[in-house]
Amino acid sequence: MSAPTLPVTTPAERPEVHPDLRLATRRPRRRRRLVLGGLAAVLFAAFAVRVLLGDYTFTIPDFFRILFGEQIPVSTFILMETKLPRAVLAVLVGVALGAAGSLFQMLLRNPLASPDIVGVSLGASAAGIFALLTLGLRDGAVSVFAVVGAVVISAVVRWVAGTTGGYRLVLVGVGVAAAMTSVIQYLLARSNTWDVQLALRWLVGSLNNVPWSTIGMLAGALVVLLPTLAYLARSLEVLELGDEAAAGLGTGRHRTDVLLLVGVLLTAVAVAAAGPVAFVAFMSGPIARALMGGRHSLVAGALVGAVLMLLADYTAAYLIPDVVLPVGIVTGAVGGPFLLWLLARGAATGRTG
Amino acid sequence: MAITTTELLDRPRSSSASGPATAYAVMLGLLVVAALASVLIGSRLVPPTAILEAGPDRTVVEVRAVRTAMGVLAGVALGLAGACMQGLTRNPLADPGILGVNSGAALAIVLGIAYLGAGSMTTFVLLGLLGAAIASLAVHAIAGIGRDGATPAKLTVAGAAFAAAASSWTIAVQLVDQTALDIMRRWQVGSIGGRPWDVVVSLAPVFLVGALLAIGLSRTLNALALGEDMAKGLGRHTTRDRVLVGLAIVLLAGTATAAAGPIAFVGLIVPHLVRTRTGSDHRHLLPLSAGYGAVLVLAADTVGRVVLPPSEVQVGIMTAVVGVPFFLLLVRRGRMGL
Repeated sequence: MSAPTLPVTTPAERPEVHPDLRLATRRPRRRRRLVLGGLAAVLFAAFAVRVLLGDYTFTIPDFFRILFGEQIPVSTFILMETKLPRAVLAVLVGVALGAAGSLFQMLLRNPLASPDIVGVSLGASAAGIFALLTLGLRDGAVSVFAVVGAVVISAVVRWVAGTTGGYRLVLVGVGVAAAMTSVIQYLLARSNTWDVQLALRWLVGSLNNVPWSTIGMLAGALVVLLPTLAYLARSLEVLELGDEAAAGLGTGRHRTDVLLLVGVLLTAVAVAAAGPVAFVAFMSGPIARALMGGRHSLVAGALVGAVLMLLADYTAAYLIPDVVLPVGIVTGAVGGPFLLWLLARGAATGRTG
Repeated sequence: MAITTTELLDRPRSSSASGPATAYAVMLGLLVVAALASVLIGSRLVPPTAILEAGPDRTVVEVRAVRTAMGVLAGVALGLAGACMQGLTRNPLADPGILGVNSGAALAIVLGIAYLGAGSMTTFVLLGLLGAAIASLAVHAIAGIGRDGATPAKLTVAGAAFAAAASSWTIAVQLVDQTALDIMRRWQVGSIGGRPWDVVVSLAPVFLVGALLAIGLSRTLNALALGEDMAKGLGRHTTRDRVLVGLAIVLLAGTATAAAGPIAFVGLIVPHLVRTRTGSDHRHLLPLSAGYGAVLVLAADTVGRVVLPPSEVQVGIMTAVVGVPFFLLLVRRGRMGL
């Protein structure tokens, strides 16, 4: 996975700058390095815990022996068919949703404006359910439908909202999300085969029983999308100033749209693989921002998303004995208190975030 | 003092509208038509004579009559709650469904079934009211962050986020508790069918208190519509007024949700349509919204029965079909004070 970087044109790069200023720009940079390194370490630890511990533990040598093809009865199956695919999928989905969420919140300048609240995730899952239940398609074709659905819904939102953007885009998204919820409920109520596992995957998001081929497709999509995002996101700070200011500085509305499209695609491929896992996109951005001392960072957002997914999946698997909850239940349940945390933080600092 | 206010509001409208008497007559006529249609139309068409004669059709009529009563109750409650919310928050996008109040009520009911052993309709109503109250407070608190306070746009987004969180919790509880799942599965989508008559009876007292309180507060809402400062200047205790209106909203939205599950958009559409005909005087806006709320729910339910045979489309889905384009239109018109 390539890491999108945000080169900031700092005064430090110009020779005539005052030493105090240079110090002031160096401190956030050191923090950035520290936070990203720390997040990567936490991610690694969470991954190791998810794969090695739980109801069936592995030793590290065993893990590598199985990974490199040795057959150990039972252990090989448990590692290669349940634990490892879940962990890998959790990381990939978390990275995609975290990056997309941070991107949306940055571009729309609103901590509540994440893809899961403005209808992108629900558009993907409505299209997926439609393909699955009404058209009777399976696997790859369903994923394609989900991605197309997310793009179409986002295009509708963008078109209805018009060029004024900002808050109106968010509001239209909320309305469209309500419509998509109705579509999903209608499709599920109509289908004769009420498969609870299937329905839950598309209603709340779940990592249960996802085949390696799906994980491969998601990984392939991210290999294309993340570098594209890194390239396009070079001067995001300018866009964050607002459309007029950005246009004045030579970066405009067009760039915002292309970036939003990349965010939509990231969300769509994640939803196509694991369903609309609630609130991961919503939570990653503000947490990353708080860690970075108030600065937006897509890399930090992506890492936070992956960590959140791993921890949520671990909780979902072992919280209640013998019941593997869908991961979206855990993330959704955490989302409520998180909203209150945003509230408390906003009340303390007197701003929206 | 409030009289001067309402006179001011009345004057420009009374010339254009043909008088409130006509508006009420039209509303009552439509309500009778919708109620008759709801009793007679369905997977089995029943001739009007069956209402009076005994026979197999009479049974169908009786079952549908309960359903119609349920629709009237939910519709009136939602129409009134929507009008009160829009008046109180001066927010054109306010609706108990959009602002997360219904999802809060649903969550409270599920928690009650799973952990408090709630089983009777009375406890459901009480839990629904409690959930609605908590949800309204939480959404307003979240939206109130920041210097500009709770703007319509922030309220809407906060409501959507709260509803998403609450419904995750609702699903989580249902997954763990089988009883809650069984009771909630039919109820979740928003439907007025399949409820026994006792439900209507046990909801009626709370509903009546809420409805009378709301209608009684119409002058208060007129004063509040002028804005906080103006209302204070007219001698109103704005805090007390707000609490009373909030109480009416919670009673109405809570009963509607306990009765029919979460039905969105009725409270949004109806007051807007009524306002285009009779203006924004709450003395007429509230009763007319109540009546047209019932008309809309009954019409949506009746159309849902016949639109895609042999299955039924629940009323909550039908109102979303009408409501979402309406919501988008309102947003596009851009009168949200963004």
